[in-house]
Amino acid sequence: MALHFELVTPAKLVRSEEVHMVVVPGAEGEFGVLEGHAPFMSTIDDGAVQVFKSAGGEPETINVKGGFAEVSENGITVLAEQVEG
Amino acid sequence: MPSLKELKDRIGSVKSTQKITKAKQMVAAAKLRRAQASAEAGRPYAERLSAVMASLAGKVSGDSAPKLLAGTGSDQRNLLVVVNTDKGLCGGLNSNLVKAAKAKAQELLAQGKSVEFYLVGKKGRAPLKREYANHITGGFDTSVVKTPGFEEADAIAAELIEMFEEGKFDVAHLIFPTFQSALVQNPTANQLIPVPSPEASDDGGAVVEYEPGEEEILEALLPRYVKTQVFTALLEREASEQGASMTAMDNATRNAGDLINKLTIQYNRSRQAAITTELIEIIAGAEAL
Repeated sequence: MALHFELVTPAKLVRSEEVHMVVVPGAEGEFGVLEGHAPFMSTIDDGAVQVFKSAGGEPETINVKGGFAEVSENGITVLAEQVEG
Repeated sequence: MPSLKELKDRIGSVKSTQKITKAKQMVAAAKLRRAQASAEAGRPYAERLSAVMASLAGKVSGDSAPKLLAGTGSDQRNLLVVVNTDKGLCGGLNSNLVKAAKAKAQELLAQGKSVEFYLVGKKGRAPLKREYANHITGGFDTSVVKTPGFEEADAIAAELIEMFEEGKFDVAHLIFPTFQSALVQNPTANQLIPVPSPEASDDGGAVVEYEPGEEEILEALLPRYVKTQVFTALLEREASEQGASMTAMDNATRNAGDLINKLTIQYNRSRQAAITTELIEIIAGAEAL
């Protein structure tokens, strides 16, 4: 049970890994994505993307600026303009 | 026939030129690797963005399409965004770009359209100004930063979009070098604004939900797409510059080497001739006694 998570900026492919859950700061509120999520697309606000490596584990936060998230059957792709940390 | 001293000085000067070209070649080779790597690192983003654009643009069409996608309905006023390098010593790269820009301008002018230029980078300014002094509307100086990054692309795209929204032009073309190899960099002209509608892709009939809405997302996406195009052009320019520079400097170093060999032979011959003449004079003098 794993979700493929990709974080891409214009400069490089920041992350490409299998995770448990990703929480994204969507334009209309935060949303969490687990494996098997329905196809979905949203713009995102500046804020922290939380990556849960395993169920119940501590999230790893990545600050992103501007962009959007796309959820398809292949996993979630976050296209961000800038990534901090 | 140049004197011995003249020859010696000439050899010295060619040698120091060779040193410069050799150093520049090595710098370019090192920078090329980095520029190529960052050009490749930027590709996933551009690919994903195009894919998303394609799936969205098919859904939003007709009157509701944003202006950046639909255009102004006219193609009279054209803006050529020419991306040149800031530094020279890179062979024919910039003159090829200028040539391509002029050809495009000629083509548009022949169709009775008006052409304006927006120049990025230092090198294209002078030659384009000579011919189209009244057609240059603006430019962006990338020479103040070491390696132009996304911020510069952001600034350029923002200015272009603002100009578009103020109705200063109808169509923008982006002219930049595409890096193929260290030997080949072709000038390419792409339509930048309005964003050319991508081939609508059919993603297997999966119903995608959009938040906030398809149009809002597309509206947020289009400026980003323009930005990415400009950014890609900057990355390609960087790689092309280093590639062209490496090749040009390699040639220059080799030519300097050939020239040094030729001059050295000439120098040695002249020296030998001088010695022979001197000996003959001494012998002749001794015989006369």
